[in-house]
Amino acid sequence: MKKLLLGNEAIARGAYEAGVTVVSSYPGTPSTEITEAIAKYDEIYSEWAPNEKVAVEVAIGASIAGARSMSCMKHVGLNVAADPLFTSSYTGVNGGLVLVVADDPGMHSSQNEQDSRHYAKAAKVLMLEPSDSQECKDFTMKAYELSEQFDTPVIIRTSTRVSHSQSLVEISERQNIPLKDYKKDPQKYVMMPGMAKKRHVVVEERMKALQAYAENCEFNRIEWGDKKIGVITSGIAYQYAREALGNVSYLKLGMVHPLPEKLIKDFISQVDKVYVIEELDPVIEEHCKKLGCNVIGKELFPLLGEYSADLIREKVLGIKKENIMEVKEDIPVRPPVLCPGCPHRGMFYVLSKLKLVVSGDIGCYTLCALPPLQSMDTCVCMGASIGGALGMEKARGKEFAKKVVAVIGDSTFIHSGITGLIDIVYNKGISTVIILDNSITGMTGHQPNPTTGFTIKGEPTRQVDLVKLCEAIGVERVKVVDPFELAEFEKTVKEEITAEEPSVIISQRPCALLKHVKFEGPLAVNQDKCTKCKLCMRLGCPAISFKEGNIQIDVTLCNGCGLCLKVCKFSSIEKAGDFHVK
Amino acid sequence: MSNKSIMIVGVGGQGTLLASRIIGSVAIDQGYDVKVSEVHGMSQRGGSVVTYVKYGDKVYSPIISEGEADIILAFEELEAYRWLPYLKKDGKLIVNTQNIDPMPVIIGAAKYPENILNKLSSFTNNVFPVDALKYAIKAGNVKAVNVVLIGFMAKYTGIDKESWLKAIMKTVPSKFLEVNKTAFELGYYLEEGYH
Repeated sequence: MKKLLLGNEAIARGAYEAGVTVVSSYPGTPSTEITEAIAKYDEIYSEWAPNEKVAVEVAIGASIAGARSMSCMKHVGLNVAADPLFTSSYTGVNGGLVLVVADDPGMHSSQNEQDSRHYAKAAKVLMLEPSDSQECKDFTMKAYELSEQFDTPVIIRTSTRVSHSQSLVEISERQNIPLKDYKKDPQKYVMMPGMAKKRHVVVEERMKALQAYAENCEFNRIEWGDKKIGVITSGIAYQYAREALGNVSYLKLGMVHPLPEKLIKDFISQVDKVYVIEELDPVIEEHCKKLGCNVIGKELFPLLGEYSADLIREKVLGIKKENIMEVKEDIPVRPPVLCPGCPHRGMFYVLSKLKLVVSGDIGCYTLCALPPLQSMDTCVCMGASIGGALGMEKARGKEFAKKVVAVIGDSTFIHSGITGLIDIVYNKGISTVIILDNSITGMTGHQPNPTTGFTIKGEPTRQVDLVKLCEAIGVERVKVVDPFELAEFEKTVKEEITAEEPSVIISQRPCALLKHVKFEGPLAVNQDKCTKCKLCMRLGCPAISFKEGNIQIDVTLCNGCGLCLKVCKFSSIEKAGDFHVK
Repeated sequence: MSNKSIMIVGVGGQGTLLASRIIGSVAIDQGYDVKVSEVHGMSQRGGSVVTYVKYGDKVYSPIISEGEADIILAFEELEAYRWLPYLKKDGKLIVNTQNIDPMPVIIGAAKYPENILNKLSSFTNNVFPVDALKYAIKAGNVKAVNVVLIGFMAKYTGIDKESWLKAIMKTVPSKFLEVNKTAFELGYYLEEGYH
């Protein structure tokens, strides 16, 4: 049976059919749907871990214990998980171990555009790169066989367009793979110098075996066509190249580490001119050049952003499209915004009003760096807000620290904010940290986390008590405030930033998109009372705009959260009344 | 047949994802190769979103390039204008006549272009404005805008009505099925140029 599946869903299906029994991940676009799809299979234990490092460690433990296991993350998540990855390359596996990493060329939803293929090279593990959903499933299944055959973790690398495109996938039954025996084997699994030195030898031998395998494996295939042009490519770039160039010759590499040598040389020797077409870094290109092959790569194709069939057609064939309907007028951009009713809006309205330096973090709230709230000064990586605030304090002194706050979401705080907060306490900082507790992991689309009290399967579980946690690590000033109580929130922030000791404000209000969050329905502006002072527009609510000389509230967007009602000094915002539609 | 390319453009949260899945589902039932490219993550938060549906004998790139779309289904006027260059010369541009100000307009840093429908018509004769919100309300739910538009579009795809209804049945949650069927019918039987 064929089904239309996202690349991510196909990877989940592949894991299911390959008999995987343990999956641990941390959400991150564009990888999140893999683990969400896996969570629907009762045969697989799945979980959201506090961060990618823990997730990979869980997967490693499961593998050593004999299970086929998986961990999925976005590209920057692999930075967090790099530590266990590098040494698991030395230990190898018992049950097959597969990590999935989803890169984001073009940065649809990321803070950088790193190329994860470097990790496979650096950690000396096998990496596969599918180019559509069927390959996502097939490669995932095959990855488990290879992991066990070569005693190595395998990384599957996707990109946004592979992860988030649906294409047809042939569905089969799940294989019944029994747990492998567990044997105590410190020479293999205890990596201290004496053992690790021996395992490094094994790793290098494995690389040679993989190298030989790469020359003649099903993942790397030649599609002969016109031999005037040869294209070496992988992943989504293969699809773009096929569409743009049609019947030329292709060497499609599905295994991107290690790369074959003889296969590449043979291919190149049979075509007139060779283009290496790969998004982001010149990994394949440099390999070809190292082999002494003359190929055209990044001198023609960009290092930045996504490719397209048009780009390839233009660069290779010199064909530029004509007759495009070109709009001359400036079209306003439409950046993403905080949703109507978003709890972060109240908080950032206050921070903006107080003109504080805001050490920021990763989540929906990063959008508050944009106008009109414009109240975020930095955003580097998960958890960086807290260490960053302490660094500012240590660089510029306590008086400066009284104008600085770190803001971090609940899930991000659990991910990697706790250690930063311990640093503040331990090293006598006075920084103020605001934890945005919206009862969910928001940006990636509502995953439960350790502060929500629910597991990935929606089962109730123990809930991390943020207040107790902060107190336990030595923060004596911990306040819980509703960010929609603007006056109280402002008062609390003012008190805490001036306090000469570490403090935490927990800004507590659930995400407006959660099902249980109910508002009373749309509001409207009473034009008789409205003075058009536009104070409400400083909230940056997408439902409020100034049209035809009046402040207006869009009935299709407004949910009636009531924040604008609180900032309006003329009581001009009221319930929309009867024209409200369900 | 040569591949068909349909773009669905709009504002994050308008239900473009569901629309693309309905189209994808119809295309598979016709036995075509299909690719649907979606947007998840940050842009879903009220940003400009675009999803691509391509179907035919064999589809490689999931992405539609400029000048390639047979149909653009625009959920909002400004987004129709933004993505116009992606329309084929003889492609059809179906526009929901809704205006949603983007943040730069709300804060006064940019202006929402005036008379977008007229401007679009100066480029092509194939602009079809639809007041889908009106019909979604008539069907019983403002969120059914997407299915009203699908209904209107369905006539221009050469795929029969029953197949579309079947796809809707498979794609939308059962408790919204009746509303969506009504929304589809309202869209399907709209006359061209009728608001």
